Amino acid sequence: MPDPTHTPPAQQIAVSCKGVTKTFGTGAAAFQALRGVDLEVRTGELLMLVGPSGCGKTTLISTIAGVLRRDGGECSVFGHDYLSMTEQETTRFRGEHIGFVFQAFNLIPTLTAAENVSTPLVIKGMKRKPAVAEAREMLRKVGFDERMLESSPVDLSGGQQQRVAIARALVHQPDLIVCDEPTSALDSETGRKVMELMRGLALASNRALIVVTHDARIYEFADRIARMEDGRITGIETPQRPAASASEILTTLKP
Amino acid sequence: MYYYALKMLIGDRAKYIGIIIGLTFASLLITQQSAIFAGVMSRTFSFLTDVALPDIWVVDPQVQYIDDIKPLQDTKVIRIRGVAGVAWAVPLYKGSLRARLDNGTFQTCITIGLDDETLIGGPPQMLSGSISDLRRNDGVIVDTVGAHGKLARSGPDGTRIPLKVGDTLELNDHRVFVVGICKITETFQANPVIYTTYSRATTFAPQERRLLSFVIAKAAAGEDPEVVCNRIREATGLMAYTPAKFKELTFYYYLKYTGMPINFLTAVALGFIVGITISGQTFYNFTLDNLRYFGTLKAMGTTNSTLLKMILLQALIVGAIGYGLGVGLASAWGALLSGRTQIAFYLPWQLLLITAAAVLIICLSAAALSIRKVMKLEPAVVFRS
Repeated sequence: MPDPTHTPPAQQIAVSCKGVTKTFGTGAAAFQALRGVDLEVRTGELLMLVGPSGCGKTTLISTIAGVLRRDGGECSVFGHDYLSMTEQETTRFRGEHIGFVFQAFNLIPTLTAAENVSTPLVIKGMKRKPAVAEAREMLRKVGFDERMLESSPVDLSGGQQQRVAIARALVHQPDLIVCDEPTSALDSETGRKVMELMRGLALASNRALIVVTHDARIYEFADRIARMEDGRITGIETPQRPAASASEILTTLKP
Repeated sequence: MYYYALKMLIGDRAKYIGIIIGLTFASLLITQQSAIFAGVMSRTFSFLTDVALPDIWVVDPQVQYIDDIKPLQDTKVIRIRGVAGVAWAVPLYKGSLRARLDNGTFQTCITIGLDDETLIGGPPQMLSGSISDLRRNDGVIVDTVGAHGKLARSGPDGTRIPLKVGDTLELNDHRVFVVGICKITETFQANPVIYTTYSRATTFAPQERRLLSFVIAKAAAGEDPEVVCNRIREATGLMAYTPAKFKELTFYYYLKYTGMPINFLTAVALGFIVGITISGQTFYNFTLDNLRYFGTLKAMGTTNSTLLKMILLQALIVGAIGYGLGVGLASAWGALLSGRTQIAFYLPWQLLLITAAAVLIICLSAAALSIRKVMKLEPAVVFRS
């Protein structure tokens, strides 16, 4: 539900990209996916990247998340430039500072929901048992009951799986969360609930969210919408303000 | 992360079981064939193992292995007794003679002729009768496997009646009496073994100019058998070996001049290839199926070295289980058949290590492909739907 009284908290620059370029392939087969992207994302902000297929949205968030190396331009995430880091440093940085929500959820089917959520904590070095305990806490926050905590992802609905994915993206308190088409595999109502959850639980004054989407039904949940075309940002707009409190969202999400 | 790596592995039941079956089969085949090979090879020198008392074997210089008999002159025994450092030396006959069975058929028997006075070189264990009974007229001792097997008589109803003390045999047209039943190490040829005295054996044997197969001797107290062997070689022009050297000579002869190593190595290689193929491919498919999740873990901050350890752990766990099951099944198979059949099965700890090394190589090869794939995996793959 839109909340016209919502005002963004004091903001700092989370992501700063200037003239970012990325080309795949070489020679005649070369394809320039990013052609000089300028973008700034601030903490406390939910930015949506929208645009037609193949316009470079996923390439851009991959670059911002540090899972893909840019070819040129400047890009820093909370003041850190991946190009100045080794591969191992980049990997560790991702583990510390970035949360991921994927279109296909990417939950490991042989682990329970709680174990899936605990993985970022275990990656950071926490022991498994306290990590799982913390993961259970996070799953309760996204509306899971005790019975569902030990469910296998394959026994959960799409909406429930995405909530597990959100819990996994949040559990280690990252500074930046990148979401790739988080609602495309969900029906309209579940998609809205997931976005309400994202805004209510994931968005914080010290954290930024970047959501890549095609789904116009969820545009209203963005603080800003960056439109991309042919590897460039062609415009940034501010939609009608959304947002409800986390407690309201969780009430609607209770199974 | 290692706990989760194991859950990923075990959770995919079909592939997990497939990998284990492949490794179990490989381990079973490698262990079983190696153990049979070791068993067969140990039988090639079983006679040397059984004749434990002498520490010097003197043979014709042309002899290549224990069953390659090139008879010596009887006088060589006296010549060897005269070599410095020899405590005693006695003749020993070994040859193949035909026994006529009660049904009219013939069975070739390995016949051992022991020194008439000392009976040195006799069977290691008597089950009935005693070695000294060989001094009785026309007495022979028969090994229990032969007595219960190829030399057994046929009853009226067709049942096999084992040969026993008091029974008679016809050995090269000579009637002999069974005066004892012995237990010996199984022979390579699997023919019955008959012990008698040297003079009797040479009487039964087809007449040749020379009939002395070996001179077995003992080095005097304080003398090094190797040194005494050298003295015998120099003094007589014959070859003298310690039992260990003669075993080695025999072992390498069979290894070099028979097709056995190739046959067994082929079976072992087959087990290895089956292991690599089934387990390697299934493990690789398992990794491919989980590539999205490895990519997700990589994107979320798991380093390549942790992923490498996760895959290695998965490979080593299935390897350990497959190895244990394979070796266990091979041992059980060996234990089950060894007591009931004449199968050659010898499983020393060295073979267990060889199988372990083979299974380890299979696992590491299987893991190598998977590791390469995961190491080269771009974490950006996680954003592809």
